Amino acid sequence: MIRSLRILSANPLSLVGLALVGLVILAAAFADFLAPFPEHRGAVVDFVNFNKPPDGTYFMGTDLVGRDMFSRILYAYRISLLLGVVVLAVAVPVGVTLGLMAGYLGGWWEYALMRITDVFLSIPPLVLAIAIMGVLQPTLLNGMLAVTAMWWPWYTRLVYNITRGEKVEGYVLAAEVIGASRAHVMFREILPNAVPAIVTKMTLDFGFVILIVSSLSFLGLGVQPPTPDLGSMVAEGARYLPDSWWLAVFPGLAILIAVFGFNLIGDGLRDILGPDR
Amino acid sequence: MSTLDIRNLHLSFKLHSGLVHVLHGISLSVAKGERVALVGESGSGKSVTARIVLGLLQELRGARITGHVAFQGQDLSALSPRARHALRGTAMSMIFQDPTSSLNPVYRIAPQFREVLARATPGISMEAARARATTLLDEVAITEPARVLDSYPFQLSGGMNQRVMIAMALANRPALLLADEPGTALDVTVQAQTLDLMRDLVAQHGTSVLFISHNLGVVREFADRTCVIYKGRIVESGPTEAVFEAPGHPYTRALMAAQPRITGGGLPEIAEADSRFLASAVIHGGLA
Repeated sequence: MIRSLRILSANPLSLVGLALVGLVILAAAFADFLAPFPEHRGAVVDFVNFNKPPDGTYFMGTDLVGRDMFSRILYAYRISLLLGVVVLAVAVPVGVTLGLMAGYLGGWWEYALMRITDVFLSIPPLVLAIAIMGVLQPTLLNGMLAVTAMWWPWYTRLVYNITRGEKVEGYVLAAEVIGASRAHVMFREILPNAVPAIVTKMTLDFGFVILIVSSLSFLGLGVQPPTPDLGSMVAEGARYLPDSWWLAVFPGLAILIAVFGFNLIGDGLRDILGPDR
Repeated sequence: MSTLDIRNLHLSFKLHSGLVHVLHGISLSVAKGERVALVGESGSGKSVTARIVLGLLQELRGARITGHVAFQGQDLSALSPRARHALRGTAMSMIFQDPTSSLNPVYRIAPQFREVLARATPGISMEAARARATTLLDEVAITEPARVLDSYPFQLSGGMNQRVMIAMALANRPALLLADEPGTALDVTVQAQTLDLMRDLVAQHGTSVLFISHNLGVVREFADRTCVIYKGRIVESGPTEAVFEAPGHPYTRALMAAQPRITGGGLPEIAEADSRFLASAVIHGGLA
């Protein structure tokens, strides 16, 4: 733990990432205390103060029905973080396990698992998600389900390729020879060697999950109004550029900060997890 | 009773294009405490023989194995996969070509050592494993066992890793050690040091060794008996001295002529295949 912190602090950029992500998590966790107008996350209408540029009271301006943009962005972070965590928490273990099995067990397993993965990869991600959402109710939970369904094959592919490479390494054979079980070889010998790549992809994907969910919301299939969502805020605000620039710019910056922070942490984590070879 | 007894071992792989015969009736035996070398070129069937002894190929579908392989008097084909599995890492162990790649780069030496010891002593504690590993590393002339145990494999030299591998392979006091071209990836001086060490250790513990190599110089120094294998057949076998002093088979002679001389004279020219190489086997001193 101390060693990890030392490595992380040796890389100032990952410290910046840590600070940004910490900021986002704190903003989401304490939105109730930080937001000047907590009630504005819901269906509130205030036509006196609608579409106001940033000023002392509303320092990120207000939207078209007079709600405080800053308060809504803080609450929107909650949804985005929840989605990112849930989607990756399901998609990554599933994808990684299937990739390990396909790569290590080979033969029939490899053929079956990789062809199923190819089927999922052959459908454009957004189309697949729309199809799933079309059949199910457009709720937040189903949104997560749809995004998860389109996310795991990428991890299967990634881990499959790493496993194919590591499988021929001497230490895998050495483990088999001393009588290690297949599960041991997959999860204890090969998986740790794939962790740097998986973690790096996860931190990058965190931003993409937020963006994809935003696209779904924009199509009316994801987070439903009046629940604030960064993607739909940008999409809606973009129509009023450049005059009401604050409608699109601040939610856009919010997405940027979160995605950027996670990517910088990804770099730092790779240094910690990947031993120098 | 010999530690390892192989009689008339045949192996073929079933491919889409049909059966490919790899071993055509190999017979050899390793007595207790004896060091037997299996010498041959790449693809001659040396390594698959070792894999069959370990019971790894039996689990592969498409591998057809016939013949008799007995380990300490037990017929391996009569054992269940579970029983064969129980032998690996305890009663028999193996050393590989490249010691550095044989160790997992993401773990330090100590936890990897513990896993080896846990094969014989399930649930051994980290402290007990460290204490045992320290003694074992001492045996292979590693002067700072604590530092080595806390190192990652890539932080140690190839020679150090080879010593660690030897210590691990002998950790559970196996009856049989399979050495598949050990140290081929190391430079010659380090290879000589570690082989010397290995010879002393196996002699001390009475471990039988099946030594697989293409390096005739090393075999001559290390092995009590030598078997020359060519295209899945043993073409010559006998006490090492006899095989080297009076090679009887055309292939053995070609193999010895193929060794580049330290005194120069260019690389020898060797025929890719020669019908004389398929002559019947030369057995020195009768079947062992």
